[in-house]
Amino acid sequence: MIENRPVFTFFAHAVLLVGLAIVIFPIYLAFVASTQDSSTFLGGVVPLLPSSHMLETYGRILGSGFGSIPVWRMIANSMVMALGIAIGKIAISIISAFAIVYFRFPFRTLAFWLIFITLMLPVEVRILPTYSVAAGLDLLNTYQGLILPVIASATATFLFRQFFMTIPDELLEAALLDRASPMQFFKDIMLPLSRTNIAALFVILFIYGWNQYLWPLIITTDQNMTTIVVGIKQMVNVADGDPQWQLVMGTAILAMVPPVLVVLFFQRWFIKGLTEPEK
Amino acid sequence: MQTKRVTFSHRWLPYLLIAPQLAITIVFFIWPAGEALYQSVLQQGAFGLTTQFVGLENFRDLFSDPDYLHSFTITIVFAVSTTAAAMISALLFAGMADYVMRANAFYRTTLIAPYAVAPAIAGVLWWFLFNPSIGIIAYVLHQLGYNWNHLVNGGQALLLVIIAAAWKQISYNFIFFLAGMQAIPRSLIEAAAIDGSGPMKRFFTIVFPLLAPTTFFLLVVNIVYSFFETFAIIDATTQGGPGDATEILVYKVWHDAFIALDLGGSAAQSVVLMAIVIGLTVIQFRYIERRVEY
Repeated sequence: MIENRPVFTFFAHAVLLVGLAIVIFPIYLAFVASTQDSSTFLGGVVPLLPSSHMLETYGRILGSGFGSIPVWRMIANSMVMALGIAIGKIAISIISAFAIVYFRFPFRTLAFWLIFITLMLPVEVRILPTYSVAAGLDLLNTYQGLILPVIASATATFLFRQFFMTIPDELLEAALLDRASPMQFFKDIMLPLSRTNIAALFVILFIYGWNQYLWPLIITTDQNMTTIVVGIKQMVNVADGDPQWQLVMGTAILAMVPPVLVVLFFQRWFIKGLTEPEK
Repeated sequence: MQTKRVTFSHRWLPYLLIAPQLAITIVFFIWPAGEALYQSVLQQGAFGLTTQFVGLENFRDLFSDPDYLHSFTITIVFAVSTTAAAMISALLFAGMADYVMRANAFYRTTLIAPYAVAPAIAGVLWWFLFNPSIGIIAYVLHQLGYNWNHLVNGGQALLLVIIAAAWKQISYNFIFFLAGMQAIPRSLIEAAAIDGSGPMKRFFTIVFPLLAPTTFFLLVVNIVYSFFETFAIIDATTQGGPGDATEILVYKVWHDAFIALDLGGSAAQSVVLMAIVIGLTVIQFRYIERRVEY
């Protein structure tokens, strides 16, 4: 702090506490709701303090589920999809960025533009044709179908390319003098240098994958393939009467836990990964 | 395109390395995008058995369709409000966190949590808080004499999805604003303080102008977010309703394709959306190239 201004400092903390309240309150109340008995919601407004039915709710959600499939199965589906998207995208991006930066070959510029045209076009805007392509390839209700179309974007390739451009040429010259093969150079020099970038991208892509909604919604019709983020909607929009709020909110909490933990644990890498490639 | 001074030479290895990404891009991107362009100039017969070339008629229909224009207006209101709410509050929180410094890490850790929350979940959380019969906020509003029911009131439904969408986006903006502020040389701020300007004055005359590149970057990102990544918020809560009060463009594309089965119209909408994203991307790229350092 630069100067001592107790009043302004107090004001600053007050504003930040309001910010914390805005962030935490919806999550806290979801947790409180998940610990209630189903009859609580008949009697009007939700209480502000947790009740004693927490184990009951989560046991029911994870064990039998309701109507469709148990929620642990949805969590497993989400996990496969998120890991598949994160690992798959990093793997294909890092090798294609390596090819684009460290080789000169015919059609290189064409390949570059074919890939980079996808940079910001989200799956939402080409949803129906992508669906018919996936259906034509027999990918409905498969993990490949959940993962592959979402990987088709150049963001990660772009970040790796930007990073590779900053690596000094002397490293490559030294490797060439030592007669290292391209793949040896990639494995012994590029991969270790990219460790932080890979970690940061992993966090960002894991969350991106976990939180996918529209694509899983249309590509999976088999209930066994439902992901947790999509599954929760089916619980809110029940056909007859009110949803079972304690189960819905418990599931919402479970859907938030993995990505929130990933962000909090890898906070430093994640922030670096987000803000620094923006050159 | 920029390249390295020295490169490897190998006849087939670079093609092998680039093949997986190229294959996925062509199959799941170039092909569907081409398909959308192609479909957008076709019209299907009444039973889907015949298709004929209709040129730009789908686009003409689109822009003379009051429902589509309504959806466009809603989207703009939604995007502008979400962007403004998420950016202004994030800027305020980042400014305060940068000022207090102590407990900075604690505030930061909490404020970035919503980044990890899926848009669909964010929608459900706020949907629950505002639920007319059991939601705590609806209850408080009712006690204050304001009748909240987003199930029948379109304006309130729109406000609800704006709140949910902005809530989720505060984290992202906060991270960038804080990083931008911490990159400003301390000596500049100290010099101003010695000259007697208080925190508010320093913010408006030094910090905010220096943040211009970050602000511009975030502006584009937030607009893209509210245009395209909020489908889940709408679908998990209002589903475009009541009526079509919250039917934003991405929701309409999906609805017309998968529920109303109007392939030509939906493809034309996809093409319009693609044009919007490409436009925003070009703006973004020009910014990245010319980013001004003060």
